[in-house]
Amino acid sequence: MIQLAKSYFADQRTDDLKELGQGRPRSDVPGHVTGKTAYFADRTFPGLLHLKMVRSPHHHARIRSIDTSEAEKHPGVVRVLTHKDVPHNVYTILILIQVGPEDEQVLAEDKVRWKGEAVVAVIADSERAAEEAAAKVKVDYEVLPAVLDMEAALQPGAPVVNEYHGQNFYMYDSGECRKVRFGDVEKAFAEADHILEQTYWSSPIEHAPTETTGCIVVPEGNDRFTCHTNTQAMFFTLDNTSIILQMPGHKLHMVGGTVGGGFGGKVDVTVEPIAILASKLTGRPVSFIYSRYEEMQISSPRAAEKIVLKDGVTKDGRLIARKVTGYTDAGAYSRHSPYGAQKGAAHYPGPYTVPNVWIDTYCVYTNRTPSSAMRGFGVTIADFALEVQMDKLARLIGMDPLEFRFINAYRDGDMKAHRQKTEGAALIECMQEAARASNWPVAEKFMTMSSYKGS
Amino acid sequence: MAKVPVQFTLNGEEKAEFVESGATLLKVLRHKLGDTSPKGGCHQGACGACSVIIDGELKLSCLTLAETCEGAAVETTAGLAADGVMHPLQRAFVDEFAAQCGFCTPGMIMAAKALLDQTPNPTREDVVEAISGNICRCTGYEPIIRAVLTAARANSQNAA
Repeated sequence: MIQLAKSYFADQRTDDLKELGQGRPRSDVPGHVTGKTAYFADRTFPGLLHLKMVRSPHHHARIRSIDTSEAEKHPGVVRVLTHKDVPHNVYTILILIQVGPEDEQVLAEDKVRWKGEAVVAVIADSERAAEEAAAKVKVDYEVLPAVLDMEAALQPGAPVVNEYHGQNFYMYDSGECRKVRFGDVEKAFAEADHILEQTYWSSPIEHAPTETTGCIVVPEGNDRFTCHTNTQAMFFTLDNTSIILQMPGHKLHMVGGTVGGGFGGKVDVTVEPIAILASKLTGRPVSFIYSRYEEMQISSPRAAEKIVLKDGVTKDGRLIARKVTGYTDAGAYSRHSPYGAQKGAAHYPGPYTVPNVWIDTYCVYTNRTPSSAMRGFGVTIADFALEVQMDKLARLIGMDPLEFRFINAYRDGDMKAHRQKTEGAALIECMQEAARASNWPVAEKFMTMSSYKGS
Repeated sequence: MAKVPVQFTLNGEEKAEFVESGATLLKVLRHKLGDTSPKGGCHQGACGACSVIIDGELKLSCLTLAETCEGAAVETTAGLAADGVMHPLQRAFVDEFAAQCGFCTPGMIMAAKALLDQTPNPTREDVVEAISGNICRCTGYEPIIRAVLTAARANSQNAA
């Protein structure tokens, strides 16, 4: 059981918090264990229709024509939707906070930019009829050269993945990347006893929630729609749906609830707008639920990253310079990746005080599945890289890796590279606890340090 | 589509339905009989979220055709609590923090019940084997293993 160590910061703490270290039953678990918790799909509606998506079989292709005539004639099919049916077909999630341009088509019009991109939606009175009819949709593609890794994407003359951006990286207001400049990194490299440059790579990671992404939409009969959804981002969904369908928000009644595993994989807006449109155009309840295949292949994963870390360190263990170039593979569309790459820029010094820092982080477009949020995206892979780097640096100068971290740990009042003054740091105290718990021997001077410089 | 009559008991209650030939037991339980405790996670027998007990044996309801359940006794997590009192497995899952998002939980509990019905005093290895067909993506398996062992101890104390 965790114990709250009240001795730390005792002179700053006048409260008497006592919840930490107490076992408390979760309020929702009795529902889970009795099968009473209602997930979005635990509902049945008379006349329910099923939506299946026709998806691109190519990484990158121009669409010459779309022929839905055979699919429309298939028994059980009620409606077939193409981009022509979507009122505002080009969107981007973060336009809500002015991060544009709109760069993604709800249903593909002229091009597909990743294998799996949605092209045509088929709505039928059974899942089977929808699947059979989807197989009858004919899309004529002109296959284009695909860009499948970030280095290829950034080569001069590389095929342009996304014309809404015009180049294969996101253009920030600061230019082609997010930049952090602090101190004089080149001067510090010249003064360092050792320099270590390493490149770290990561692959995309799928969240694989047990419950797949989906929603069920029910028309209320007054041009208002109730959407039972397992989104993790109710207001992103509401506002983006409102933009895509050109419907005021009060017509859209979003009902969320318990999500059967999300981990960030359910913050994109991929099923609700098209399911609500289908319900509006058919006047019937519509279910759009990803198959397991779609959850694994279509839902956005954590971005692949490439991180080049160059550090300068002194013999006595001070990390005096860090230069980072980070690349985030957004896939074909922005979704949340410009934000993820930006988070990385602020994060790369890690929880350490480094006096000279130079950081560039790029958000790169490729013909891969759009990546997006996943548990600490933008910083998780960065943390992996920089902590591995810290171990390597300690080894390089023959120092204990934990003691090396004590020397460089940020403390209250230290200025971070992105010009935020450190407040409420507790890294030193955490490391002291970790050293005790793991019987890792650390010099006494580190065990008596404090994050709080005032004491 | 032609319908097929099927009768079975669900948690001890007699049920009779006309089902589409080829409909899965999962679909019939959830959308015809209103028992949504079994979940559909993969619909291909890979995740275990739809696990139920049929005539004492653990089965995947997403791979079981409803029409093959004629005369069978089907048990689901929704039927475990008696008179509003949780089954020892349900109690143990609450106490041991063995559920987070809860989506795998009903299937996990069915897998555990199938084990305890046959092996009242299982070893840790027995429990690991019993839930090896059930995927959890949140809590991790350790609290679940602890919960099953706790429930087994509670059962044997009650029996003693």
